[in-house]
Amino acid sequence: MSEPVLRRAHPALRAPFNIWDLVALALIVGVFIVISHGARETVAPLKSLGLTPISLDPWRLPEYALRTSMRMIAAMAASLAFALGYATLAAKSRHAELVLVPLLDILQSVPVLGFLSFTVTGFMALAPGNVLGVEFASIFAVFTAQAWNMAFSFYQSLKTLPADLDEAARAFGLTPWQKFWRLEAPYGAPALIWNMMMSMAGGWFFVTASEALTVGNTSVTLPGVGAYIAAANEKQDFAGVAWAILAMAVTIVIFDQLVFRPLVAWAEKFHMELTASSDPPQSWMLDMLRRTRLMARVGRPLGTAARWVASLRLAGGPLLRPPALSRRGERTIDIVWLAAVIGLAALAGEQIFGFVSKELSWADLVHAVALACLTLIRVVVLIGLAALVWTPVGVWIGLRPKWAERVQPVAQFLAAFPVNLLYGAVVSVIVAFHLSPDVFLSPLMVLGTQWYILFNVVAGASAYPTDLKQAAASFGVKGWLWWRHVMGPGILPYFVTGALTASGGAWNAAIVSEVASWGAHHLRAAGLGAYIADATAAGDYPRIVLGVAVMSMFVVALNRTVWRPLYRLAERRYRFA
Amino acid sequence: MPKPPDAQRLLEVQDARMAYGAEGKGPLVLDGVNVAIEEGEIVSLLGRSGSGKSSLLRIIAGLLKPTSGRAIWQGQPVTGPYPGVAMVFQSFALFPWLTVEENVELGLEAQRVPAAERERRASEAIELIGLGGFERAYPKELSGGMRQRVGFARALVVHPELLLMDEPFSALDVLTAETMRTDLIDLWIEGKLPIRSVLMVTHNIEEAVLMSDRILILSSNPGRIIAEIKIALPHPRNRDDPRFRQQVDEIYGRMTARSPGDRADSRTGGSFPGVGVGMALPPVSTNELAGLMETLSASSDGKADLPALAEELNFEVDDLFPIAETLQLLRFAEVAQGDIQLTAAGRRFAESDLEDRKRLFAEHLVAYVPLAALIKRVLDERPNHRARAARFSEELEDFMSEDYAEDTLKAVIAWCRFAELFDYDEAEQTFSLEPA
Repeated sequence: MSEPVLRRAHPALRAPFNIWDLVALALIVGVFIVISHGARETVAPLKSLGLTPISLDPWRLPEYALRTSMRMIAAMAASLAFALGYATLAAKSRHAELVLVPLLDILQSVPVLGFLSFTVTGFMALAPGNVLGVEFASIFAVFTAQAWNMAFSFYQSLKTLPADLDEAARAFGLTPWQKFWRLEAPYGAPALIWNMMMSMAGGWFFVTASEALTVGNTSVTLPGVGAYIAAANEKQDFAGVAWAILAMAVTIVIFDQLVFRPLVAWAEKFHMELTASSDPPQSWMLDMLRRTRLMARVGRPLGTAARWVASLRLAGGPLLRPPALSRRGERTIDIVWLAAVIGLAALAGEQIFGFVSKELSWADLVHAVALACLTLIRVVVLIGLAALVWTPVGVWIGLRPKWAERVQPVAQFLAAFPVNLLYGAVVSVIVAFHLSPDVFLSPLMVLGTQWYILFNVVAGASAYPTDLKQAAASFGVKGWLWWRHVMGPGILPYFVTGALTASGGAWNAAIVSEVASWGAHHLRAAGLGAYIADATAAGDYPRIVLGVAVMSMFVVALNRTVWRPLYRLAERRYRFA
Repeated sequence: MPKPPDAQRLLEVQDARMAYGAEGKGPLVLDGVNVAIEEGEIVSLLGRSGSGKSSLLRIIAGLLKPTSGRAIWQGQPVTGPYPGVAMVFQSFALFPWLTVEENVELGLEAQRVPAAERERRASEAIELIGLGGFERAYPKELSGGMRQRVGFARALVVHPELLLMDEPFSALDVLTAETMRTDLIDLWIEGKLPIRSVLMVTHNIEEAVLMSDRILILSSNPGRIIAEIKIALPHPRNRDDPRFRQQVDEIYGRMTARSPGDRADSRTGGSFPGVGVGMALPPVSTNELAGLMETLSASSDGKADLPALAEELNFEVDDLFPIAETLQLLRFAEVAQGDIQLTAAGRRFAESDLEDRKRLFAEHLVAYVPLAALIKRVLDERPNHRARAARFSEELEDFMSEDYAEDTLKAVIAWCRFAELFDYDEAEQTFSLEPA
């Protein structure tokens, strides 16, 4: 279970950087602006929907947890469908690829809660006066936390299909549909499932954040654990928070044991290695399912049906199987396509310019960038501190397999922990000791994401080759020299993956952690996260767009200037072949 | 399956030409290749890496479209994969998530053969190929030989008229490979295989002589058919039979024969594609070069028969030829008609100590490897004596594919490091003159 962390390196590290990134950025921001235009028109009548208030009775929690879980499952299903479709289109069509890949790269740098600010009103407008719209918005928030990663992972799998299997599939006459189910989907499955599991952590965080939300004069409360937490925070109910923590923990464990362990253990058979893994992932749930007679009875017809569907000789659509064209024809299509994309991007650019010049001034931009710099300082300092603490701890644990086995699931669990559960404790301390919120709210940002560093380093240290460890020991390499020449380079690729994920997560978390409320106490740290949170609460769309765009650009810039070069170096120099 | 008297032509390749790169303007892989496969014969395409033999096989299978020319299957032009052929892959190409049975049934399922018939045919093929009892196993549970048996069963189950094999035994150990070859030939002779002809790609000369009725020898860079040899020896063939040895020697001779005119121009590498700086060089290490020179100098005349040498060193053609030809390029040896002969310089190298070897090697590099000479000259001319690798790899890519360019640069870096001509910093990808 430790290996895959690295093999599925973060997608932000892979895409090429070029002019298409700018095109993608323009398109995304343009769409935001269009949505926010529309939203303002339709939002007015939708005051707080007469929803039943959230009860703080702990006995209601199982039901709330179930509601929250349903949203998660719906979002997972949607993400899966999206990932399969989007990635296939991007991998099979050269034209689509040109736009879709940079688009994805930017999309995953947009803070998830930024999406929420835009979409909640839009979704509510879809089903006026009905909870359904709000449900959709919440599901969409979780979707945005998972879908981009998953799509990237599946796209990468499709681009690295083993050439011989691809040839075999073609040589034996499989149609694109058959090939998809026989080769492409199975080949991509382990990475896809792993990515889904990793982004679940973020998913829990965002599903709770999206259940109690205020956009301008629209307040949204959905029955769920997140709403329960919000209510407990408002009423300063420590017992309530404790119950919520328990409910959350139980839910996460149930998901892990009943959904993800079985999935990961099952997906093991799709790994490409032709040698049997010495330590394959296990799941009691899967073993049980495989052994029970009932399952066998239900499963067999299902399997036969699936096999039947997979073997249908459906030809690919026109997009997947372009008609044979002359070179000249192809070039014409290239040019038309290019013109269309650039035209659209220009339109989006004009839209942005018009919007910005009407609603915002240069001062706003400067203000937002300045705040982004404050948040950047927080991210850098906190990730640095987290790295200093968790790298040695991770190495220590990783070198002890018994410990590593136990720590991995705990760290993954901690990463999923919604930060708003801790508002009570943190705000109480800050208020009691008259501390500066600018400094002391900051740790909330990395509370959830620091664990990515820990478990990636643990994975790296566990995978460290035994002979090198023994060689270092026999030559008496110790102390700083050992870190510099023995362990450091060995875990660098893992560390970079962990730190990148942690830093991306920290930016995201800024929106909920630079502002904290506990009853009547409202604390605020100066930063871009608080700026976006405030703009969202005020329903100030121009500033939401500005804040989200600036944050996305900071994340992209950080990925491109720091993480990607580091990762390249680590891949090239410090990878055990 | 002995050849019937009124043998029918199964397949024909007409004037196939294959060039890689954008719009077929890149290096030529195949040039003017004509092949015909009749019913009832086993034909081998024998060539070294770079001879385009695998490309030719894929053109025949409909997996690759030739730049010009065409393949014709029973009178119909080939436009894509078709049911008349089935392929066995060098890497087995088994789907790790499918069981033996499911892998074997893959082609049938693609054709929507009903389940009952699919199962019957699959179990027949599995029995025939000696996999009975392994139906429910996954490929990762099997040894290499058993995996390739699955590959054969998967190809045979669709009852192809022509079985295509892409170096089917080269990923197996020597013993397993030999067993599989004899098993296959036995089944063929007994007429138990549901096929009419076999076309095999190989770089193993003995394998080709052991199994085929006819051998087509492909030259390298670009691939052209330079000889057609009929093997009339009766099965089972014995490798120690003098007639067998004679066939093998003859083929070695043909594969090392130089066309007239090669020798004259000092800028060409003879056997390597390209001229001057654009010559594609093989990734041969200086240890291998020194080792071969030492081995040759051990004999009194500094001369050896390549087939015998290959057998003695346990090398295959693809291992031995690049080393021999690099020695030839560096004028340390002469290769002709299946023999290799050390030159005076080569003998001097073998007898020198390390310092002298380095000096001699450096002289020959600068004199006979244009790329090494170019890098040296650029470094000498520049005031800081440094140059980025991209400067040279870009130039190389004008002449050859990216992969070849990378191999070529790597080979030159390794040789020049040994000769201490200049240094290369991998992290910065920069050449520099060694500090004096």
